[in-house]
Amino acid sequence: MTGAWFDIAHMLAGGLVLLSLMLLYQDRMFALLNVFALHAVVLSLSVAWQAQVQHAPHLYITALIALVLKAVVIPVALRRIVVRLGIHRTIETVVGIGPTMLAGMGLVALSMVVMLKATAQADPLAREDLAFALSVVLLGLLMMVTRRNAVSQVVGFMSLENGMILAAAGAKGMPLVVEISIAFSVLIAFIVIGVFLFRIRERFDSVDVGALDAFRGERL
Amino acid sequence: MLLVLALAPLLLGFTRKVKARMLRRRGPPLLQPYRDLLRLMRKQAVIAENASWLFRSGPYMIFAATWVAAALVPTFATGLTFSWAADLIAITALIGSARFFLALVGMDIGTSFGGIGSSREMMFASLAEPAMIMIVFTVALIAGSTQLSSIAQFILTNASLRVSLGLALVALIIVAIAENARIPVDNPATHLELTMVHEAMVLEYSGRHLAMIELAAATKLLLYVSLIACIFFPWGLAGPGGDTSAFVVGVMSYLIKLLVGGFLLVLFETSIAKMRVFRVPDFLGIALMLGLLGTLLRFVSGSF
Amino acid sequence: MLVAMALMGVAVLLAAALLAMALQALRGASHFVYPLCFMACAVLLGIACWALLTAADPAPTLVLPIGLPWIGAHFRIDTLSAFFLLVTNLGGAGASLFAIGYGRHETAPGRVLPFYPAFLAGMNLVVLADDAFAFLIAWEFMSLSSWALVMSHHLDAENRRAGYIYIVMASFGTLTLLLAFGLLAGSGGGYAFSDIRSVAVALPGLTLTLVLIGTGSKAGLVPLHVWLPLAHPAAPSHVSALMSGVMTKVAVYGFVRIVFDLMRPADWWWSILVIAVAGVTCVLGVLSALMQHDLKRLLAYHTVENIGIIFIGLGLALAFSAYGMQAPAALALTAALFHVFNHCLFKSLLFFGAGAVLNATGERDMEHLGGLIHNMPLTAFAFLTGCTAISALPPLNGFVSEWLTFQAILLSPALPSWALKLLVPAVGAMLALSAALAAACFVKAFGVTFLGRPRTPLAASAHETDRASLAAMLAFALFCLLSGVLPGLFIDGLAPVTQGLVGAHMPAQTTLPWLSIVPIAESRSSYNGLLVFVFILISTLLTIEVIHRFASREVRRGPAWDCGFPDPSPATQYTADSFAQPIRRVFGSVVFRATERIDMAAPGDARASRLTVIVRDLVWEAFYAPVAGLVSALAEWLNRLQFLTIRQYLSLVFVALIGLLLLVSIWL
Repeated sequence: MTGAWFDIAHMLAGGLVLLSLMLLYQDRMFALLNVFALHAVVLSLSVAWQAQVQHAPHLYITALIALVLKAVVIPVALRRIVVRLGIHRTIETVVGIGPTMLAGMGLVALSMVVMLKATAQADPLAREDLAFALSVVLLGLLMMVTRRNAVSQVVGFMSLENGMILAAAGAKGMPLVVEISIAFSVLIAFIVIGVFLFRIRERFDSVDVGALDAFRGERL
Repeated sequence: MLLVLALAPLLLGFTRKVKARMLRRRGPPLLQPYRDLLRLMRKQAVIAENASWLFRSGPYMIFAATWVAAALVPTFATGLTFSWAADLIAITALIGSARFFLALVGMDIGTSFGGIGSSREMMFASLAEPAMIMIVFTVALIAGSTQLSSIAQFILTNASLRVSLGLALVALIIVAIAENARIPVDNPATHLELTMVHEAMVLEYSGRHLAMIELAAATKLLLYVSLIACIFFPWGLAGPGGDTSAFVVGVMSYLIKLLVGGFLLVLFETSIAKMRVFRVPDFLGIALMLGLLGTLLRFVSGSF
Repeated sequence: MLVAMALMGVAVLLAAALLAMALQALRGASHFVYPLCFMACAVLLGIACWALLTAADPAPTLVLPIGLPWIGAHFRIDTLSAFFLLVTNLGGAGASLFAIGYGRHETAPGRVLPFYPAFLAGMNLVVLADDAFAFLIAWEFMSLSSWALVMSHHLDAENRRAGYIYIVMASFGTLTLLLAFGLLAGSGGGYAFSDIRSVAVALPGLTLTLVLIGTGSKAGLVPLHVWLPLAHPAAPSHVSALMSGVMTKVAVYGFVRIVFDLMRPADWWWSILVIAVAGVTCVLGVLSALMQHDLKRLLAYHTVENIGIIFIGLGLALAFSAYGMQAPAALALTAALFHVFNHCLFKSLLFFGAGAVLNATGERDMEHLGGLIHNMPLTAFAFLTGCTAISALPPLNGFVSEWLTFQAILLSPALPSWALKLLVPAVGAMLALSAALAAACFVKAFGVTFLGRPRTPLAASAHETDRASLAAMLAFALFCLLSGVLPGLFIDGLAPVTQGLVGAHMPAQTTLPWLSIVPIAESRSSYNGLLVFVFILISTLLTIEVIHRFASREVRRGPAWDCGFPDPSPATQYTADSFAQPIRRVFGSVVFRATERIDMAAPGDARASRLTVIVRDLVWEAFYAPVAGLVSALAEWLNRLQFLTIRQYLSLVFVALIGLLLLVSIWL
């Protein structure tokens, strides 16, 4: 493993951590979705690089799935849902952005310490990639915990899942990465649709599209 | 030393011209800042009745500190004489002292505009300066020294992508935008007090004093662009004891870096809106976090 | 011999105290007492310099037959004592010189004059003491005489409260130190420092905590700092300068002497406690200072921040020496000790300036001042130098000690402990944050007090202070510049101190080209204060020359531009609270739960609108209020013992007697 390849893998993993921190920083819905799309793009680049470096062609498929589903389909779908249901465009947080970012920093430090201590004998590239992946998972969890808005919680869950895919791709010889990632993405899609169906039903007492149509003209 | 002074208004004129072009205007001529400075120097300075000796001597101190700091950054060659006299921490502190005096002269006349400028400027500084120090730490921990020449030499010889260098670069760009009062932190062309920070502090200045302060601001912009170029993109810098051809290559590459830097700055400025004042601490907080993260990564493992 | 001379100097100070007590009826007593103190301090300063430069080995000691019969009182001047003796007497000489002018305006000289030389004597004795009893007696003497000085203006209720809290905290600190010395002496029982050195420490963790509490409460570490912002402003200004600039350093001396000298070898985890506490102290101190609008209270809170910086250096030195890394330990220790020296200089200077302002206008509140630079130009210049120095701006001395601390932090990745690897970058960020906030704080202090327009008639009618006070201020300003421009000399002066404590010293600085300083031999960083100063001078002169040659030289005075809205009322300029408002919004809402309440008059109603800023001291609410409440409740409950009948008192005595007899029967 030459130095440059090591460094590029590191840069991509570090970029993913940076984007997770940027996700925590956003306070507008559309900006959040854009950054999440970028997050998915960097993930797919990272997985593709791992495919190149480990000579594992099935990871290319994972990268492609991540790119198509997470960078294109899901953000576009979420954006449409946000617009159509008139969800609040600003994201309410439980604590201010400053303390959230500080907590994020602490989580990154914690995952560094835990991973580097726990895997003292392993291959250096894998160790540090796992450390970054754990950071991304923890930051995704932090995002879910500190947001009041359902869409941002879903985005947090998906970024958590991105972290897990990064970890799986980094560890050599994970046979079912492709299948697991498809399964997770389908799960997410169902959760997202389910959440919004519940909301629609809450608001209008019905999900029957025909019934909703009748309301349209009378809304002021 | 004289090179930075000569090039600073040129960089400013270049950025204004490119910005105008991007906004589909023709823009002022490239050498307009030089003409502005000459015009201001020849004018009579009008000073408020209750201005003190600090007000009159402030521009000199601000300009001197900024000039010395800018002169200490290697532009076209490393290892110039007296480059070891002050390292990155000292350069940061020199800029800090220029800002200290700028904030003080803002308070001198006793108007509310000056107070607005000074208090907001010190609030931004309270986050930008620690971010800068953390960036210095990150870079120094990678290169093994806080001396700019040594850092540039190290990056030249051990060119490699490192996560912490990437984080430091993003953080330094954010700090540079904040310190130079560019959009999204402050609008250098504004006349509304709600949006003023730097302009509010120098509101009472005119004539040669204003010329010195404007030149100091332009030099500060040049300093930050040179700093980014020297630390992160040091290719083309002549080594210590280089011959004339190496110097010429150095100067050429420096000019190219300045132009590219100015262009990218303007691109960023025209694609983003100015933030409200109390969003800027969040923005600068990102730079501080990134610097801290970079330093932490270097502390925890040598290969980051 | 040297020690005998030092003790003679202390005796002169004590004699001056007695003289002041005798002469207090005389009106011009301060004309005798303060110059006498100044000369005594100058002599002691000379002795300290001599001791530091010669660095005799073994250090001169003296045993006096006073005190406890089987111990006597041991006194010693080794390199550490010599350095702190130097710092103490430099501050003392400066304060005495300042007081020659300031003391003339004292309203109650009889309450200040006798205790001032006693205070100086007490501080000197602490530094000279070589056994636990002499140390503690001198420590308590120092506390009591400074308490008397705090209570000198006792008619003000706030000063009385400050004195009460001070004496409680000081007594608590002495108690912990007493327990710590008890633990250090161990079962062998020898209380002389030479005996303690040869005994291994029995319970190092507990001892370190006790020492940190005892010396930290006197120095001002969070959460034991609450007395400092109350007591330091209450005392007269020259005493405040001594308390902030010198007494806190004597507390630092206590910590260094016990932890570095008596308790070696150090354990690595001690440094975690010290560094963590110091980091929090830094940030909390400077944020609290920013919220103040009383000039002296702002300076007192700022002392807390600087003590934090010193303890960060000390903690790093502990960590390095625990792992046997001697050169970085020497660097960190030098940084801390240099900051001790620098802080004494600039904090004393700033308190002198505050005293001059208080004398000239009768006001300590910045919100009633303004525009003083016109009437008090020299004081303003000296105060500005102090502000620039304390904000760590080159080429003055604050920057050098901060540079050295940063270099020490840059060497810490070599420390093997994981906890330190996480803690040190965080503390480095806190240090950088507090340095930037300090600059903001002093822009506010200088800007609101001296610049702008006068906010009250008192401020408009100010006048320059006495010549002696000005001399003291300008002398300290000059020292700030000198130690910033020639730091190599001071670092070399500190070399014997660090050699004695951690076994190494920084490389010889005076041999470096152009008098630069380097942190350790292998590093390629360096800083040259002299050259930076020269560069700035040359640039300024060149600029002035070019401008005056080619630009218009005319100046016209007119009303302030103010964007075309001239405003005659000085009440519309920024006040101290409004200057701090952005920072209060960003940091204060978390650290102080700072909130603003606006009570706006309805249109048509002619009453004034009101803006109230509520800032809560969370340390007080979290620690002291519960403890005070508990003590109060306990005292209330025990108060019932006052109102018992005779029969109940007799039965109490009876029960106690039976209990003791039972105890004796079980034991025998």
